[in-house]
Amino acid sequence: MPSDYTNKIVEIRGVRKSFDDNHVLRGVDLDLYERENLVVLGKSGSGKSVLIKLMVGLLRQDEGTINIFGQDTSKLSLKELNKLRLKIGFAFQASALYDSMTVRENMEFPLVRNVKNLTRKEIDKKVEGLLDSVGLPKTINQMPAELSGGQKKRIGIARTLILEPEIMLYDEPTAGLDPTTCIDINNLINQVREEYNTSSIVITHDLTCAKVTGDRMAVLIEGQFQAIGSFEEVFAQAKDPKVKSFYDYNFIQ
Amino acid sequence: MSEIIERNRPVLSKKLDKFFTGLADAFRFVKRFFQEVWFPPYEFKEILRQCYEIGYRSLPLISLTGFIVGIVFTNQSRPSLSEFGATSWLPALISIAIIRAMGPLVTALIAAGKVGSSIGAEIGSMKVTEQIDAMEVSAINPFKYLVVTRTIATTLMIPVLVLYTDFVALMGSFINVNQNELVSLSTFFVQVFEAISFLDVFSSLIKSLVFGFTIGIVGCYKGYNSSNGTEGVGKAANASVVMSMFLIFIEELLALQIVNAIRYA
Repeated sequence: MPSDYTNKIVEIRGVRKSFDDNHVLRGVDLDLYERENLVVLGKSGSGKSVLIKLMVGLLRQDEGTINIFGQDTSKLSLKELNKLRLKIGFAFQASALYDSMTVRENMEFPLVRNVKNLTRKEIDKKVEGLLDSVGLPKTINQMPAELSGGQKKRIGIARTLILEPEIMLYDEPTAGLDPTTCIDINNLINQVREEYNTSSIVITHDLTCAKVTGDRMAVLIEGQFQAIGSFEEVFAQAKDPKVKSFYDYNFIQ
Repeated sequence: MSEIIERNRPVLSKKLDKFFTGLADAFRFVKRFFQEVWFPPYEFKEILRQCYEIGYRSLPLISLTGFIVGIVFTNQSRPSLSEFGATSWLPALISIAIIRAMGPLVTALIAAGKVGSSIGAEIGSMKVTEQIDAMEVSAINPFKYLVVTRTIATTLMIPVLVLYTDFVALMGSFINVNQNELVSLSTFFVQVFEAISFLDVFSSLIKSLVFGFTIGIVGCYKGYNSSNGTEGVGKAANASVVMSMFLIFIEELLALQIVNAIRYA
């Protein structure tokens, strides 16, 4: 865990997002620092995933600004946004592996389309190296349908790492997994930061995942961050009953 | 205030609103296709793969259907012609019917069912499982990779399938004519080619291109705009078939008017 955060790479200010009458985000402020693992906690439907989808331009905010590496994402052209997207890895909740492609093809797909003039040998080296680092070298010729939920998550993370992103966004990385696999995924998130020097935002409602992977927590309740700080600061000294009830629910359960 | 107005709006007004919004969306989708089709990357490999899936894999079904249409249509036409002692006109009648209308229409309807539904379901399932979002965040244009390639493939493959269906249906017809009227293959095909004109073949191919484009773009549009999980995927597949078939019949009617206007001008 980095001792101090000085280099701010993401700055979110006053972001609002509604879907018809459903006001999901109601003026959200958040910062992400270099080499930091920031965990965004909140109940299902609280707008956690919406927040990271706004960051990569999958959705557009109604109000507010999102600055990533000093660039206001709402003012970027598609070409500039795509250039920025290459610096951000997005690990989807359901892994989003392409069903019609093998694991190898899934891994190669973003690489060959974004990095020109790579030889077959270089592509293979990169794909095999990443599969090794997530502990799944033998799955290279398998189809996604043949993999378990945990394996899909790992390969989904490996696929995002192939473009060597500087920021990783994890959308519910442990959702739907058994406790042992959850531990593996949590370790992998920490391993990714160490090996690839990434900064991360981890979206979860799993407090164990939050505690193991996060340097700072941000608790999103009713469209606003109710508490931001270390795990101890947010939960041990929690005075807000909504934050406290979230903690109690997770650990008493 | 606006919520009260919205609540009290007549049902017909809401339905018309939904219809025209949907129509505008569909036009924007088609416009985007024509904007993106000319510029690289061209995704030739994916186009070829789709051509194989759409063209080659449809052959067994198309062969069977075309062959049966040829036999049945010949059999059903014989009694009417025999009343006037005109069964020798069977090859000419069948060739005109098959090449001008039945071949393109039967092929397009079969393809709408087989190919259109599969495109709608495939893209719909990619949409609900966030695979399309995954492409977008990897700076890959999913519209280009999924929509443009599939629409080009259907547009190119349906005319080829139509020519094949025409041939198979005529062979089915020949077998029937040969057994009943004892007409040889060469005589049958001489009569077939005497009856049809360049305009018949040309208009049939142009029509097939339009049918192919319709099947591809409708399947992609319905899939690309699907929502609500697996239920949405099923609806997208179903809506692709229904909408494609509806548009194919409308296009057939329009094509008939245009070709007749040219023929009798």
